[in-house]
Amino acid sequence: MSTKKQITVAVTGLNAIDSPGPGVPVIRGLRESEVYDVRIIGLSYEALEPGIYMHDLVDKTYQIPFPSSGVDSLMTRLQYIHEVEKIDLIIPNFDAELFSFIKLTERFEKEMGIKMFVPTQEQFDERHKANLNEFGDKHGIKVPESKMIFSTAEIPNLQEEFGYPMVIKGKFYDAAIAYTPEQAANHFNKISAKWGLPIIVQKFVHGQEVNVTALGDGQGVTVGAVAMRKTYITDKGKAWAGIAIKDEKLMDMTTSMIKSTKWKGGLELEIMKTSEGDYYLIEINPRFPAWVYLAVGCGQNHPDALMRLAMGDKVKPFKDYDAGKMFIRYSYDMVVNLDEFEKISTAGEL
Amino acid sequence: MNIKKNIALSDSGFVFDPSNGDSFSANPIGLEIITALKEGKSEVEIKKQIVDNYMTDEVTFEKDYYDFVSTLLKLNVAEEAKK
Repeated sequence: MSTKKQITVAVTGLNAIDSPGPGVPVIRGLRESEVYDVRIIGLSYEALEPGIYMHDLVDKTYQIPFPSSGVDSLMTRLQYIHEVEKIDLIIPNFDAELFSFIKLTERFEKEMGIKMFVPTQEQFDERHKANLNEFGDKHGIKVPESKMIFSTAEIPNLQEEFGYPMVIKGKFYDAAIAYTPEQAANHFNKISAKWGLPIIVQKFVHGQEVNVTALGDGQGVTVGAVAMRKTYITDKGKAWAGIAIKDEKLMDMTTSMIKSTKWKGGLELEIMKTSEGDYYLIEINPRFPAWVYLAVGCGQNHPDALMRLAMGDKVKPFKDYDAGKMFIRYSYDMVVNLDEFEKISTAGEL
Repeated sequence: MNIKKNIALSDSGFVFDPSNGDSFSANPIGLEIITALKEGKSEVEIKKQIVDNYMTDEVTFEKDYYDFVSTLLKLNVAEEAKK
């Protein structure tokens, strides 16, 4: 009989698609916990999120309302799910939903005893793409110059300030490089149609992109950090393969940022390393990345550590990891009975 | 010139730089030279080792050696020795 403690964890981000959410890799990490025996409740937004049908990873899934529905409808839905499933912990994995979950942190804990380990509202706001320059100044990190724009009419004036190429970014997701004003307008329209306004324009930095997945304990301590370089990139700019690297400067930058912000929860840093050896922070994602399972494979189980921190356990910071481990994604066709699709589509549960 | 300390070298000649994830394959002679450099051998010692063991002469060795080490420097596998 297992001596592990039983726990029920609800996880979002089950969209293991070509631009994948981190839910499935987070669940894989949780399932490898040596402390907890995990029951996973999937929280999905759409009926075709692949994680819903991965029954070896997800025990049961419930649809939840889109973030645009507001915090009250999310609360109502989670009250119902909690009545049935007795959730101990929720791990939200989408940037776009984090605002609502952060707002509900106290109510979850007080009214239902559900724990979360997410950044504070202040931490969430200050690392926002639109505020990244101020964030860099405050915490002593180099950040490419950026600016919010609200209309394509502002594009002609950008040339002098940013020059081409420049990067056009959505407020939550998506980014594209524009080499001409026409391309900039095109990207503006595409990205704003999907993610709304403002659009963030960022100075293009030449160099090699490196990424870090990390976990902060909320007191300034880096519990874990693993750096990765993408070795195969999809046309959406997502890593399809990557390799764990060891770069002291990158680790110093990560630990000093977590110390300075007292970051609480998982995060991903997107950094550009120039040929001169300078590091520019391009973006901070306030949750684990979709490649977080590489960290587990390298000896740092960040999702498990986050779960233990959330449950009030003492967690020793990881000291090291295996550089040179690689991840390679693959696509895999699951064959699913129509009644499963019917259940999640109509009843909102599977 | 030194091979960077963090560079990993396998018996098959696979060279891995953990600081940036770059990897390269060296042929058997390349592997022998990188191993010798890692061991701290001088160019003169390496030249003697190669010329003694293979059918080549010093001039050919030197030409190929400089070509090879300049590639190692360019790929950031090696660095100039600190004076």
